[in-house]
Amino acid sequence: MVNPFRGFGAVFYKETLHVRRDFATLFFSLIIPILQMFLLGFGIDTNVRQINTVVYNADGREQSRELLDRLRNSDTFHIYRFVHSDRELNDLIISGKCRVGIKIPVDYSDKLLHQMSAQVLVLIDGSDSSVAGQAINVTTAIGLDESLRRVLGNNIEGNSGFAVDMRPKILFNPDSRSPNFFLPGLTAVLLLNVTTFLTAFSIVREKERGTLEQLFVTPVRPMGLLLGKLLPYLVIGFFELCMIVTAMRFIFGVPIHGSVLLLAFLSLPYIFVSLSLGILISSKATSQASAMQLAFLTILPSIFFSGYIFPRETMPKFFYVLSYFVPASYFINITRGIILRGAGWSHLWMDALALFAMGSLLLVIAARRFHNKVIMA
Amino acid sequence: METSDQLAIHAQHLVRRFGTFTAVDDVSFRVEKGEIFGFLGPNGSGKTTVIKMLTGLLPLTAGEASIYGIDVRHDPEGVRENIGYMSQNFSLYGDLTVAENLRFYGRIYGLSPERLRQRMDAIVQLNGLGPYLNRLSAQLSGGWKQRLALGCAMLHEPRLIFLDEPTAGIDPVARRLLWDLLFELSGHGITFFVTTHYMDEAERCSHVAYIYYGKLIADGTPETLRELPDVQPPGTYRVEITTPHVTRALRSVRTIAGVRSATIFGQSIHALIDDHVDPEHLRKELLEHEIVVAEIRPLAPSLEDVFVELTYKHQAAQEASRG
Repeated sequence: MVNPFRGFGAVFYKETLHVRRDFATLFFSLIIPILQMFLLGFGIDTNVRQINTVVYNADGREQSRELLDRLRNSDTFHIYRFVHSDRELNDLIISGKCRVGIKIPVDYSDKLLHQMSAQVLVLIDGSDSSVAGQAINVTTAIGLDESLRRVLGNNIEGNSGFAVDMRPKILFNPDSRSPNFFLPGLTAVLLLNVTTFLTAFSIVREKERGTLEQLFVTPVRPMGLLLGKLLPYLVIGFFELCMIVTAMRFIFGVPIHGSVLLLAFLSLPYIFVSLSLGILISSKATSQASAMQLAFLTILPSIFFSGYIFPRETMPKFFYVLSYFVPASYFINITRGIILRGAGWSHLWMDALALFAMGSLLLVIAARRFHNKVIMA
Repeated sequence: METSDQLAIHAQHLVRRFGTFTAVDDVSFRVEKGEIFGFLGPNGSGKTTVIKMLTGLLPLTAGEASIYGIDVRHDPEGVRENIGYMSQNFSLYGDLTVAENLRFYGRIYGLSPERLRQRMDAIVQLNGLGPYLNRLSAQLSGGWKQRLALGCAMLHEPRLIFLDEPTAGIDPVARRLLWDLLFELSGHGITFFVTTHYMDEAERCSHVAYIYYGKLIADGTPETLRELPDVQPPGTYRVEITTPHVTRALRSVRTIAGVRSATIFGQSIHALIDDHVDPEHLRKELLEHEIVVAEIRPLAPSLEDVFVELTYKHQAAQEASRG
């Protein structure tokens, strides 16, 4: 008999008016994620190229110059300076001007000519793990390649020379373009700006004004109130998603391999859960300032435990389990799935369902709080 | 037998505890339909708690309450359909216009568009909000905010309206206008539950009650309260003594035999005196203390006198029970 959504229409009407009256806030909420996207999309390149390298070539003969040419041609190294002592080599690395130091000993060419093993010292600055990893891989590969060439003579071109020929092929993002990898994941983080952050204020503002107390003397039901507050922001969040995806496709040239419609549809449960989280924060917070702080707390897990930067599979067990409670984990799987891997509904419905369930749960918790607590304020 | 649906409010033995603190302690009262019920008491004495209990916002620890026969505990939704509530800070949305505020509350109560239009017209006419319909409510003065808030609270034609300190912080003209409006509406059968700190407003109520730290210590019409034996003990009467030297006079008056109590009211002293002490005697006694008295005239106790006397009595009773 009692309609649990009583008051939904009225609250929706009122919230829409609030949003329209405060157009400046809305505008900035919409534009800031796009600006951040531009900064990160253009500014960050996850591929390691042109590492500053210092070379101490004590040998100086043809063989050593050949080796250096190969390093240079790899695109991984940029020879910053040639030096003439170990001390200078060390200094440039310690000062941070170079990440890699290569020392070719005096007897390099002699050893090669006498069919002996020649050693090359490669010093690598380990303070940045991705740079170090790339430097190790490329120098090792060049060393191996150079050795094979000398052992087999010059006939390793083509595929005849090896017993086992590994041929790695990178699927979905063959050029390893950074924006392709970076932006689909970033979408999940950027959306928080117009979802969790906007709704985090919605109820606490009414608490501060005293209008919440007034609402509770009317027949409005908690669910009617919460959904009425949530829906206008769902529209805003969806609009923001469309802007982000459009910019991603046409400005950053990220190809979308799957269905754009499916992406749009599956973004709704994520926007819903982010909004519900904001509503829950708002029902717990006692002031707009504390709501702001709580909303900020949601950002870091969304970046670090969602697989956006670090793969979830390599996390310690505890954090891996934790990552299942981070909504962004599911949405990043959805965006990367559709945009990069061309995944369809059959691959992603579980993620969507998980998001929807989380959102509903958060909303129910928030509504229950109204029954018990807020009234006392 | 009288049934409680004859009453607008029927509160029986209301108790509300917060942990070990008893905010409302065995409070009972009944409010007839169409009354303007003034609910008074110092800050923190439980006025707002009682309102919250009656509107179903706060569960009752013990006791029963019904609004127009609807039990607050069993059907708080039903209660809320029938009441309006205006809080002391008026609780309007400042970034919405007057019309939008009204429309919002109308929709909450599920009024049909046609009905909403009718009710808005009626309220705008009654409250004179016409010229301000498209103004943001944040830009209204205190008095107009209060009228809009009242309009929002009565849009759905509630039979009972709670007004929590409706005149706190608004100018005297707006205060007078509000009371005129309340009288007019109560003439149409709407019941009002009003809390206030202003004694002159209490005097205008058809029924007043006084709550003192959780206990209801007075309940009745202003006339019956004035005649309570505790307020006006048999064999006594009240006078107003007007003199230029009130503070000095107060000390002297209190020393005169037959004077039971005395308090300063502006430029005069209100005193409760035994019947056998006549005003001329009082004047002579004061003259001996070198105090010239301009006028002594008999006085009916004000409601403030009533509440002061009852509070003293209550405090004395509590002291006695503790000792």
